[in-house]
Amino acid sequence: MGNVVQRQTRGALRFQLFRKMAGLELLSDQGYRLDGRKATELRKFQARMGVFAQADGSAYLEQGNTKALAVVYGPHEVRGARSRIRHDRAVINCQYSMATFSTAERKRRPHGDRKSTEMSLHLKQTFEAAVMTQLYPRSQIDIYVKILQSDGGNYSVCVNAATLAVIDAGIPMRDYVCACTVGFVDETPLADLCYAEEGGGVSSLALALLPRGGQIALLQMDARLHQDHLEALIEAAMTACKGVSKVLDQVVRQHLQEASVPSAE
Amino acid sequence: MATVQVSEAEKVYILHGIRDDLRVDGRGCEDYRHMEIETDVVSNTDGSAKVTLGDTAVLVGVKADIGKPRPMVPNEGYVEFFVDCSANATPEFEGRGGEELGTELSNTLYKVFNNKHSVDLKSLCISAGEHCWVLYVDVLLLQCDGNLYDAISVAIKAALFNTKIPRVHISADEEGGKEIELSDDPYDCVRLNVKNVPCIVTLCKVGHRHVVDATLQEKACSVASLIISVTRKGTITCTRKVGGGSLDPESIFEMTEAGKRVGKALHAPLMKLLQQEESLGKARQKVGFLG
Repeated sequence: MGNVVQRQTRGALRFQLFRKMAGLELLSDQGYRLDGRKATELRKFQARMGVFAQADGSAYLEQGNTKALAVVYGPHEVRGARSRIRHDRAVINCQYSMATFSTAERKRRPHGDRKSTEMSLHLKQTFEAAVMTQLYPRSQIDIYVKILQSDGGNYSVCVNAATLAVIDAGIPMRDYVCACTVGFVDETPLADLCYAEEGGGVSSLALALLPRGGQIALLQMDARLHQDHLEALIEAAMTACKGVSKVLDQVVRQHLQEASVPSAE
Repeated sequence: MATVQVSEAEKVYILHGIRDDLRVDGRGCEDYRHMEIETDVVSNTDGSAKVTLGDTAVLVGVKADIGKPRPMVPNEGYVEFFVDCSANATPEFEGRGGEELGTELSNTLYKVFNNKHSVDLKSLCISAGEHCWVLYVDVLLLQCDGNLYDAISVAIKAALFNTKIPRVHISADEEGGKEIELSDDPYDCVRLNVKNVPCIVTLCKVGHRHVVDATLQEKACSVASLIISVTRKGTITCTRKVGGGSLDPESIFEMTEAGKRVGKALHAPLMKLLQQEESLGKARQKVGFLG
């Protein structure tokens, strides 16, 4: 009482206003989501490889309003702990961090908090399944991903950006690694969730897929979902990932075409 | 900073070149590399800018939040700096490796902006002693090829120019307290006056001459550098010597004069470019990292 002071920061205020709007419908009767997409539609995809000249491989990816930058260094000699050297394969080292201005509410620590460490471990696990590490024994591959703007589906955007960066670095992989975050609302799976949908009480599942063989590299879900719906959700996620893989393939081919034009002359 | 190994022969080559006013990439001693500036790159922030200076890439985001003013100066807002040396720039910055450099950079930024002329802090006040605007300036280092201070200061100036702070209405509520209302209209905003924001010029002493905008290789050949922050009128707000070598007073005077000259010449084209970009308005094609 007394002084009505806005103790909340503007980020929190913005989100509350958004939630009032979002409380309306995550999926309307006509089948449209908050941003006008259909249930299985992915967000707008824009990507570029070879963004930085100094790194061995780099890529920038935008999926809707989520922007991620991935940089790869390696394979090079193992730095730091000599105990990490594996005699038969390369060690993959990932770091996930978010820019302090990436979220609506300013983040005080870019990395080092629990969520970032967990994400880094997930990325490591995902890429150990895809990268052909047996070709580089006793060496290390560093994958650094930075989120410049966060609007949902952070893990998936990171994985997709990192795939492009690893390809740009020329490190051989078994297949593209495509990831997508899907959610379940009103008996319908929604592909490629945005921030409002993720926070709106939707059971979300993140899936990383190697599309050609249909093999799942990482599956993560920490919400409640009835087991009857699980299969449908995973199916939807795999379809969305296959869609992502087509786009990634297009991006890589276009990049190669652009890069090879000068040498053709 | 990212280190680069330079052999003795390369050092001699660079030294002799600079002595004759010809650097490795053909520039003169007081020329900058190709600089690209773009504002409004990150839409989540109140203002942002991306600057690429040769191979150095810096991204700055400015967020404005309402906070309590400092007790010593109740009718002013304040600016907080944070520099994040990300692992993208070099693997040495992974984990806590970039913290040392980041702290050094942000401390220097505090010193540069620690005067009442650079940013008009009084305009950031909402109600004296109770509320004020706090500008959080976050610098993200993406690629490192020497001359970080210059790139960061240009990016900060561009980001502050781009910052849109929503208008605030203070009304008294029923019980005599103050209620703050932020304007809902995204176009109803206050812009900052960045005319007096200084730009930092780094001068490296290589041999007997000094160079502006040194690359990492040239830095490896230099003994010491001088960092000068200059406003558009030629006033110096902060001077600092960095590096392990020593400089004699005449060199410092010479370098200060050169720094003033170069810094002063940097402001006018920068403001012109920013205003030109602003005047394009909605028609401007946002490129960001995609171009």
